[in-house]
Amino acid sequence: MNGTVQLAEARERQKAWLSSLLFLLLFLLFWQLSTKPSVGGRTEGLPGPLAVAERAWEMVSNPFYDRGPNDKGIGIQLLYSLGRLGLGYIAASVVAIFLGVVLGLYPTLYRAFNPYIQVLRPISPLAWMPLFLYTIKNSVWAAIMVVFMSSIWPTLANTAFGVSSIKRDYLHVSSLLQLSWFGRFYKVILPAAAPAIVAGLRISIGGAWIAVVAAEMLIGGTGIGYFVWNEWNNLQLTSVIFAILTIGAVGFLLDAGLGRLAKKVSYTE
Amino acid sequence: MPFLEIEKVTKYFPGSNGMGDLCVFRDIHFHIEKGEFVTMVGHSGCGKTTLLNVIAGFETANEGGIILDGKEVTDPGLDRMVVFQNFSLMPWMTAYENIRIAVKAAYPDWDRQRVNEYVQQYIDMVGLTGSEHKRPAALSGGMRQRVGLARAFAVQPKVLLLDEPFAQIDALTRGSIQEELIRMWTATKNTVFMVTHDVDEAILLSDKIALMTNGPEARLAEIIEVPIPRPRSRETLIDHPEYSQIRRYILNFLIERSRKGQEQGQVVSKLSAVSDQPSA
Repeated sequence: MNGTVQLAEARERQKAWLSSLLFLLLFLLFWQLSTKPSVGGRTEGLPGPLAVAERAWEMVSNPFYDRGPNDKGIGIQLLYSLGRLGLGYIAASVVAIFLGVVLGLYPTLYRAFNPYIQVLRPISPLAWMPLFLYTIKNSVWAAIMVVFMSSIWPTLANTAFGVSSIKRDYLHVSSLLQLSWFGRFYKVILPAAAPAIVAGLRISIGGAWIAVVAAEMLIGGTGIGYFVWNEWNNLQLTSVIFAILTIGAVGFLLDAGLGRLAKKVSYTE
Repeated sequence: MPFLEIEKVTKYFPGSNGMGDLCVFRDIHFHIEKGEFVTMVGHSGCGKTTLLNVIAGFETANEGGIILDGKEVTDPGLDRMVVFQNFSLMPWMTAYENIRIAVKAAYPDWDRQRVNEYVQQYIDMVGLTGSEHKRPAALSGGMRQRVGLARAFAVQPKVLLLDEPFAQIDALTRGSIQEELIRMWTATKNTVFMVTHDVDEAILLSDKIALMTNGPEARLAEIIEVPIPRPRSRETLIDHPEYSQIRRYILNFLIERSRKGQEQGQVVSKLSAVSDQPSA
């Protein structure tokens, strides 16, 4: 009985896979047919998929070259972006989880802070850029702070919510066992709220990745965002398109990683 | 000297929409000797779980207090382990880890090996061998409460507080876990305070049964002794002549007198002997 259900499910999944592959092929075909073929290496209008693939191959086969400030391999640019993402995101996550736990444990504090969170949350992280540039006076750190601002709110809100809705029973048990503050935090509160926290982290990393690209377009110099803008200035649309796809793929991988973490910390009551 | 003293405990809950505070129970006063198994029986709403929470330290009494082994207790602690009605196991931990966290808390000086051996001993004692690395969600209600019992007993508290521990377990499993509890209690000679609305369970397990009138403003009506000799089992219990007598007496109380006492707002007359009046 269970076996047949699983088999049917596997068949469904296979169908979905084949369909997405088919859609992709149709899209590529449509794309290729609707663009003008390149004449002597110069394209008019949008480049077709073959031209993009050719350029992609070039870029992927030598990702880490460095020929001066305006000509670096896509691998190097990605590492710059991921470095900024990592710094800003990790710092934001640590602050958000810590603050979120405190707010979640003290309802009055939560209520007092919530209006500010609700006002600060919808602000585009890029809007902070001028203030950061003015105060920090360093564009690289300003970009990291933009990432920080982009990824703090969802994690903070989710952590506070997750901690505030921990079942009283678990807290009762931890007070019965007279766990230390650290033991209570690490053994009970964190794992109990982990599904909500990781859901927040997952939203945050998506927002952070979007913010990195935008911030790098503004500050220039390095990173995948700057790369896109630079290639646009060079009118290298094949590079722009490939960079766009790369940004999407990296975003997907980041999300998938946190999806895996979400599965690991989930529990059924 | 009594071991656990419940001293004139009164508890109010804040009233809703401007009404005055609601008195859950008033002047609950009784003592439990060391090694005694005392059960409180009453209708839902009489505040018996609230009283247990006061003893556990989860809630504070508005008047009166709790004295354990000569010292007043106000906060929760390892000397009063609770077995919860809804088990209250950490769902992200395995059965083993749920017990181990309690053992580590109770015996912080033990090394890893000693802790593990001790945990395994209690796992085996409650018959969880083979399932110890499952999470609670993968265990039946009966199995979960076995974990709950093992966690509470492993700490070797001064008092065990059982809050309707078998109410959420199906009737067939309930019997075997009750006997499990008798066995563990006989082995450890723990002092136990239990709350239940299952009369048969109370008679099977207890030395004394405390009867509460209905809430609000519930009072302790009387405490009756259960003179049935131990060891008891469900099979031999029903044949015992005094069993049906006690049972009828308690049921009569719950149906008739618990309400009357509440309506008159005073303690029901104390009867030390088990009366034999038929329930109307």
